[in-house]
Amino acid sequence: MSPIVVLGAGLAGLSAAIEAAENGYEVTVVSPKPSERAQSVMAEGGMNAALGEGDSPKRHFEDTIKAGRFLADPEAVMGMANAAPGIARRLRSLGTMFNIRGDEMDLRAFGGQKTRRTVFAQSSTGKQIMSAVIQEARKYEFKGLIRRLSRHALSGLLLSGNGCTGCEVQDVYTGESLSLAGSVIAALGGMNGLFNRYTGSQDNTGAATAILFQSGASLANGEFIQYHPTTAAIPGKRILISEAARSEGGRLFCLKNGKPFYFMEEKDPELKNLAPRDVITREMAFLGEQAYLDLTPISNDAFRTRLSGTLEDCLTYLRLDPRKKPIPVEPGIHYFMGGLLVDIRHQTNVPGLYAAGECCYQYHGANRLGGNSLLGAIYGGIIAARSAMADGCPTGRGKVAFVQETQPTQDRLAMQNAMSSGLGPIRDKAGLERLVNTLERLDKSVPLLAKAIAISALNRKESRGAHCRSDFPNENSEIKNSVASANGREVLFSAREAANYGVHA
Amino acid sequence: MEYTLDIARQSPGGKPWRQTFLVEDSGESSVSTILDSISSQVSLDAEGEPAEPVVWECGCLQGKCGACAMRINGVPRLACSAFLREFPKRRILVEPLGKFPVIKDLAVDRSGMFESLKQAKLWLEGEAFNSKFRHDACYQSAMCLMCGCCLDVCPNFMPDEEFFGAALAVNAYRILEQSEAKSIALEYKKRYWHTCGKSLSCDKVCPAKLPVEELMARANAIAIWGK
Repeated sequence: MSPIVVLGAGLAGLSAAIEAAENGYEVTVVSPKPSERAQSVMAEGGMNAALGEGDSPKRHFEDTIKAGRFLADPEAVMGMANAAPGIARRLRSLGTMFNIRGDEMDLRAFGGQKTRRTVFAQSSTGKQIMSAVIQEARKYEFKGLIRRLSRHALSGLLLSGNGCTGCEVQDVYTGESLSLAGSVIAALGGMNGLFNRYTGSQDNTGAATAILFQSGASLANGEFIQYHPTTAAIPGKRILISEAARSEGGRLFCLKNGKPFYFMEEKDPELKNLAPRDVITREMAFLGEQAYLDLTPISNDAFRTRLSGTLEDCLTYLRLDPRKKPIPVEPGIHYFMGGLLVDIRHQTNVPGLYAAGECCYQYHGANRLGGNSLLGAIYGGIIAARSAMADGCPTGRGKVAFVQETQPTQDRLAMQNAMSSGLGPIRDKAGLERLVNTLERLDKSVPLLAKAIAISALNRKESRGAHCRSDFPNENSEIKNSVASANGREVLFSAREAANYGVHA
Repeated sequence: MEYTLDIARQSPGGKPWRQTFLVEDSGESSVSTILDSISSQVSLDAEGEPAEPVVWECGCLQGKCGACAMRINGVPRLACSAFLREFPKRRILVEPLGKFPVIKDLAVDRSGMFESLKQAKLWLEGEAFNSKFRHDACYQSAMCLMCGCCLDVCPNFMPDEEFFGAALAVNAYRILEQSEAKSIALEYKKRYWHTCGKSLSCDKVCPAKLPVEELMARANAIAIWGK
């Protein structure tokens, strides 16, 4: 049994670590900060699982594929949807305090789904799940099967002729280096740090993903970046107003001739305010008016028992009482559907290197359904660990393929500003070419990863899901994945036919 | 408006010193936002000298991850929910938490907290027993940020001693509630109950606004009184 190294201590990383430790494997979990600080604790609205009456994994699958605009691999998505009810029950048995109705887990309606399918713990689902999963991991830490290297970050990947044989990590304060042998599972989170404002954590800089990219791992569908429709700017960041607020009765409107115009209720009379996120964001962008989220129809009781975190966030960070006043909202960067290219077993194109959670592409296609990120993180972590266990670690003497590079502050700010303006919710050729030109002038690995995303966006000459091109407003009939790879300082791009061709409704 | 921030600085092995920064702000920014702008570029201190970026921890910037706990005008709290407008004198002293070893500047080593929960064996051996009557309290227990503010303010907590304070009691509560393991009660007595002097300063400073006193009382009822 060769050892396993997990990069990242969020939900996907812990899920992988627990799966491996349960099977007797020795796992080292490397993270700059402890699990309590991971972005997973910020997840709010819930996790999808077909547990409701009349619901089925098949319907969960169909909604996921459709919201992702037929880009996700159907076999992978079916596997996730099938596993979801069991995962929800397992989390409850680990002590997650999901909201309960009768003796069963309560379900809320979530975006892009006509059935109530989302288990939740108020609007702090991620935190509640993480507390349970952290305490489960603690059991294996005590037994010595999970070793934690908190305060450490990836500095380089060890590659032999056969693949990845381990990695080098560094103490983030002292710079002291450690070499770790074993299969590597990347669970690094999204690439927030490529942009200047987002709802997620500042710790998800994208730097480790950039190291893997430059070391040979390919990036898939990087251009699909979810702009969540209901975020609000505060100094230094954006805060999310959970989709759960609309599930509980919140309504979006803008002012038309001085009167509220409930634009989503007109646009989509069936799903209304719970249309998929890409649809609402696009609608808001095209309207070009200040939008508001009206939560005043929600009862005090629902605020207390189902949305207490959302209420607290509004009072503290927006200084606005949502029980009395609509919240001004606008779309903000929330999730990366694209990421490291993996196969259905979560192996990257580098043997011995696996990826799970938001850092890899797989389940969400061109647009992620709310409630599928926690699920994808847990399920992906399990599959990645199983694959690493089955494959064993590639042999040979690994050498550091690529050494981490520090990015000058000025370059980072230039990159973040260029990415934020070039890759907004609506894109066009001129803006994307400007972005690529700016990134060409910047050195180092993180801008190279940024360039891979920009080039993927430039090459996707269609509008699909979260990728909306004003110069190519329609979906193409051919469904293709964007794959970008590093070749020194260059980005190689190819469009590959998606595995799901033919599933199109 | 101009605010004056006095920031405690310290290098590994070096002596602590203070550096003053003047910042223009409407008062709506949090201490985190200011630290972020000071530390993400070369900033000038009050003397007009370029300052080394301030080292500190932050993550979510919205009170959910507990990374940015520090002492602000002497009180342990999260920098991301300490807004400048709360300080009418417009002078703010920012120091690291005092009970943990300083790594650099405002970053401290809180690994002892995580180690302590492991030593106390806080996990479930079997399936969680869920009672709807205890649901809210268990939910609150699981909201603990592990930020360390409760330990920083606790008159009984000293690092490297057996007593683990409110961070242990709050997290032990739900395990006591959800399992029947007697060993947790023993650990709870040894590592919390015997030493807690009931000052309840932890209850007042908890940045997650957890009902710390209530959770301790509930944990005592199970672990000590067998209820």
